[in-house]
Amino acid sequence: MSISREDVLHVAELARLALEEEEVERLRQQLSAILEAVGKVSELDLSGVEPTSHPLRLENVWDADEPRPSLPLEDALANAPAREDDFFRVPPAAAP
Amino acid sequence: MTIDTLRLTAEEAMGLLERREASGAELHRAYREAIAERDGELHAYLALGGEPEGNGVPIALKDVISTRGVETTAGSKILEGYVPVFDATVATRVKEAGLPLLGKTNMDEFAMGSSTENSAFGPTRNPWDPERVPGGSSGGSAAAVAAGLAPWALGSDTGGSIKQPAALCGVVGLRPTYGTVSRYGIIAFASSLDQIGPFARTVRDCALLYRIIAGRDPCDSTTVELPEPVRLPEAEDLRGVRVGVPRELNEAEGIEPGVTDQVQGAIERCRELGAEVGECELPHSVEYGLACYYLIAPAEASSNLARYDGVRYGFRTEGRTLGELQRRTRDAGFGDEPKRRIILGTYALSAGYYDAFYGQAQRVRTVIAREHAAAFERFDVLVSPTSPTVAFRLGERTENPLAMYLSDLLTIPSCMAGLPGLSIPCGLSEGLPVGLQLVGPQFSENALFRVGHALERALGFDPVPPRLAGA
Repeated sequence: MSISREDVLHVAELARLALEEEEVERLRQQLSAILEAVGKVSELDLSGVEPTSHPLRLENVWDADEPRPSLPLEDALANAPAREDDFFRVPPAAAP
Repeated sequence: MTIDTLRLTAEEAMGLLERREASGAELHRAYREAIAERDGELHAYLALGGEPEGNGVPIALKDVISTRGVETTAGSKILEGYVPVFDATVATRVKEAGLPLLGKTNMDEFAMGSSTENSAFGPTRNPWDPERVPGGSSGGSAAAVAAGLAPWALGSDTGGSIKQPAALCGVVGLRPTYGTVSRYGIIAFASSLDQIGPFARTVRDCALLYRIIAGRDPCDSTTVELPEPVRLPEAEDLRGVRVGVPRELNEAEGIEPGVTDQVQGAIERCRELGAEVGECELPHSVEYGLACYYLIAPAEASSNLARYDGVRYGFRTEGRTLGELQRRTRDAGFGDEPKRRIILGTYALSAGYYDAFYGQAQRVRTVIAREHAAAFERFDVLVSPTSPTVAFRLGERTENPLAMYLSDLLTIPSCMAGLPGLSIPCGLSEGLPVGLQLVGPQFSENALFRVGHALERALGFDPVPPRLAGA
């Protein structure tokens, strides 16, 4: 199965990746080959088979609703690339 | 006293401590000296721990495990400089057991890879032959144990990342049953598959370390209590054990003849030890397992890796807007393999393809689990090679992602079903270790330890790489 340059750019946008020009073509070729290989799963007729999302059949794992100490503010901000007061600092969401 | 870190098992080290023939500090120093001497060539470690905390047998942790105050990168530039402010539950457990941290071991970026060549900080080399890879993604942990740079270590396994490097480095590795070991504080790759497990030089050491880390954790709702306590294996026979040989796992295309020879020898040894050996089939598990894995794991990875956006921690590339900052950070911070998998996973989950790819892969997963369950009606443990080949050369598979993915052909099926798997060295081919994979039903670790231990005794594999033996 072959995917187009537009497919790669569309998916890169969904995944918030700004790919370099040379990456786009390389990824397009590699992904086409990989999709060809993994597309093998569609050979099987599994219409009556339930999907498995998790290997242990756990349901409704409850915990007591008791307050516990959470991460101190200074710890939460300790790795911030940029900080202002008690916030993570980032540029505006839209260009001014 | 002199401590021979190449040969000392963790259990023997405990004996030295109990009899006061060595102190915790002396043990720690001996391993740090071995690291200073040999890790320049091997690059098993990304970071070393500070002053030892605890007087027990020291340990190395894969760099996917958060360690408070010690840089944790998961082998990625996007986490360069990240210093966790909390410990993963497994890090807490080994600390509480008194095991000082030797250091953080190298790995394929975000545990994506089978050779440790995808580390953003350079590859780890195989102690048996430094021109070859140690396997991956937990290659640093496997190489550290094989080269006497740690008596034991923890790794993580999503589709073979403990078992395969254990095989390629000639050490023992356990991927435990899904849900038995906490993932709280583990840097996530594919959450329905990721497991933490031990590496060691003997099966008993693996069991001892598994005993320390296993059990329910209130911080990880996917964990469960063990149905029975971990037992240290003692029996040296296999009477009453039913060993199944799945044809597809033993006759798959690409298995090297030298690997088959050693595995056949080990199966013969099972018979001699009193096991009942028979053939069985896993018709779809091997044929469709790899395809199923390379849809499910990247899909989950694309979601888990969404959090790395340069806002709260780690690496950042500036931009005029938040969106630009995030896109640039992710392009510059992720290496090729995570990018490939993020794109593949996002594609498989995107509108129009979800059911054909992801949904279908989840149904294949059900088929794989059923096939294994059917095999376990007749057998207690299934045996096969762990890896189709011995350790390959650096660079041999880096240009072709699909060739690299095939390294995990034999380990993936049981991972998809959440089953435990143990890899033990069973001989040499071309002077390099061959791993034997033992797979059991969920929660059958004690049975795997029993079979692994009896075989280990009978096979008498020498885990010391000859090129280091004279050192």
